[in-house]
Amino acid sequence: MKPITKHDIQAYLETFMNKSIYIHLETTTGAYSAHKDESSMTVVAFIRNAKVKYHQAKITGNGPFRVGLKMEEGWIYAEGLTDWIYNDQNQLLLAGHNSEGQLAIALQLSEIPFKH
Amino acid sequence: MKEHVLIILPHPDDESFGAAGIIALKRKAGIPVTYACGTLGEMGRNMGNPLFANRETLPFIRKTELENACKAMDIQDLRMLGLRDKTLEFEDDEQLADLMESIINDVEPTLIITFYPGYAVHPDHDACGAAVIRALERRPKVRRPLTYCLAFTNDRFDKIGEPDVTIDITEVADIKLNALKAHRSQTEGMLKLMEEKLLNKDPEAMLWFEKEVFYTYKWKD
Repeated sequence: MKPITKHDIQAYLETFMNKSIYIHLETTTGAYSAHKDESSMTVVAFIRNAKVKYHQAKITGNGPFRVGLKMEEGWIYAEGLTDWIYNDQNQLLLAGHNSEGQLAIALQLSEIPFKH
Repeated sequence: MKEHVLIILPHPDDESFGAAGIIALKRKAGIPVTYACGTLGEMGRNMGNPLFANRETLPFIRKTELENACKAMDIQDLRMLGLRDKTLEFEDDEQLADLMESIINDVEPTLIITFYPGYAVHPDHDACGAAVIRALERRPKVRRPLTYCLAFTNDRFDKIGEPDVTIDITEVADIKLNALKAHRSQTEGMLKLMEEKLLNKDPEAMLWFEKEVFYTYKWKD
């Protein structure tokens, strides 16, 4: 993955617009968070291969970045995004990593279901 | 009865952290070791520093790392169970036990190593251990192999006491280090810190390569 460049991401977000797509949205502190430090709650959420369609999309912020996708009846939002790749499966993978290279958040868009 | 060790743990690298030493000692003694690994650690957080993995490539990378770690430990029978990281506790409990039972029946091990249910921190660890225990409890007590459990919750000493099995692994410390190194995506950062500590003879770091401790599971019936 490489550091996010806003205009590239904006362009890719627009290519998925008004299409029925699969989404992977995840945020995680790691499963050991409370084990290492009792004051630090362990929080993890992910949804994989939810099917959505959005008609507005924007990337904002000066890094780390935020992405908001507006759907007919709701929103998808992710904050803390730092890196990206558009892979050979035509999937847009956005992720937020901390200084040690650990993933803290992921937002991924694809026209085909994500594997595994 | 011919000795055979069966390791059942959910994530690639669980075996290297918790049992690489005992595995290496068993292999040196010519005892077969089967490792049933539940998932490919698809939800791992460590993506390399600098980054070399992403959410979609990580399973493939970790599969290769797992195979390399098994080579380092000389495990010749690796079975990947195809479960998904972070989901074990949400599977049907009986079906998960069925899966463990089929492997146990196939291998007929004399020693099983798994996680101590309720004392292994990660929900997948607890669910994996619970499924193994559930499968074994379906057998009459006399047919259950010796079962060693890994426990590391902060409350373990209060709740289940001191571990009753301590294995000196100093003669295979290099194998354990190589197994951990094989899981590069997950261990590289930690090992860099560890190597400095080892050079300074930090007692906590030394422990990783000096001994492994287990709780013999005590059957409730």
